[in-house]
Amino acid sequence: MKLDTSGLETFVPPSRGFNVLPSDFTALPAFDLPGCTDFDGFQKNAVQMVKPAKGTTTLAFIFKEGVIVAADSRASMGGYISSQTVKKIIEINPYMIGTMAGGAADCQFWHRNLGIKCRLHELANKRRISVTGASKLLANILYSYRGMGLSVGTMIAGWDETGPGLYYVDSEGGRLKGKRFSVGSGSPYAYAVLDSGYRFDLSIEEAAELARRAIYHATFRDGASGGVASVYYVGPDGWKKLSGDDVGELHYKYYPVVTSSVEQEMAEAPVA
Amino acid sequence: MSIFEYNGSALVAMVGKNCFAIASDRRLGVQLQTIATDFRRIYKIHDKLYIGLSGLATDAQTLFGPYFVQPVIAGLGDDNKPFICTMDSIGAKYEPEELFETISQALLASVDRDCLSGWGGHVLFVTPTEVQEKALKGRMD
Repeated sequence: MKLDTSGLETFVPPSRGFNVLPSDFTALPAFDLPGCTDFDGFQKNAVQMVKPAKGTTTLAFIFKEGVIVAADSRASMGGYISSQTVKKIIEINPYMIGTMAGGAADCQFWHRNLGIKCRLHELANKRRISVTGASKLLANILYSYRGMGLSVGTMIAGWDETGPGLYYVDSEGGRLKGKRFSVGSGSPYAYAVLDSGYRFDLSIEEAAELARRAIYHATFRDGASGGVASVYYVGPDGWKKLSGDDVGELHYKYYPVVTSSVEQEMAEAPVA
Repeated sequence: MSIFEYNGSALVAMVGKNCFAIASDRRLGVQLQTIATDFRRIYKIHDKLYIGLSGLATDAQTLFGPYFVQPVIAGLGDDNKPFICTMDSIGAKYEPEELFETISQALLASVDRDCLSGWGGHVLFVTPTEVQEKALKGRMD
């Protein structure tokens, strides 16, 4: 006896495109597919293409006296340096600052937006928002836009009722609490200096110098970082900018030129 | 990414009155990572002829091609007439001191807008009677 398998067979439409099917065919809703060979990676690559360059070095760490936040000031588009004077440390309110890595517009816009939300919280609750709360507000917003092309890598640092606070938040939805962070293409270099010189009982001056050195060394090795090394301190009375040094001058302060004889040698060429 | 920009480089050559100068940056990198800041990309052919090779560093040092480099050639002819050639070049009738200043400023100004080159410079300054070499201090970022 022959087994009846007709119930298992599916109707295969002719591969001529949906709009040329016979009119009696129950048309399913359809949409055009991108005309490309790499179908799976198409959208991600397209988003990546219009994303601004991520070259940056930012860092922040908690120590005995509060939080130190530092950053470089270079903005680049591929190999081209579009600015050497970017403010990558954004003042959210007098007790809280954020750092900028990734898309400048995305960071700037959402930090200002966070500033508004923090002020509203202050008005409604008659007390300042905690760093924990503020960072979570930002993380929740960024998560709600996940996969839609935002590019943000930020640290929220501040002082609240519980003391110093530091969080890392990014556009992939991540939010981490920690004592020490560095974000951007220069971060491996900054971490190296930071890790080798960090102690919790650093004085404010020592901590600021460590941050400055870490940013300087990152600008030295990382082509996408440079310009000015800015250092901020957040203490019980809010944030304060401690310094802004041109790394072009910092290099020769850290490593003064020792004039070698070879560099000044004058060779005689025979007359033709 | 263009293979010409893998290591990063900047070269410039100019002629003056019976002299020429050729200058390069000093960075060797791999994409954005700076490997060395004392790299040389100007090669001496003889006392009055120099060739600068920008582009892929490994090819600049290789005997057989294909070469992903863009040469800048600068020399003094038999009559001590200076010539330079490349894809594009600039020339002027500067006195030696002015030429040195101009080529140095041109190099440093250009690398200040480039992530992948800089970290100091070399200038080779050639007249019929002497060759001067100077290392330029530059921004190290």
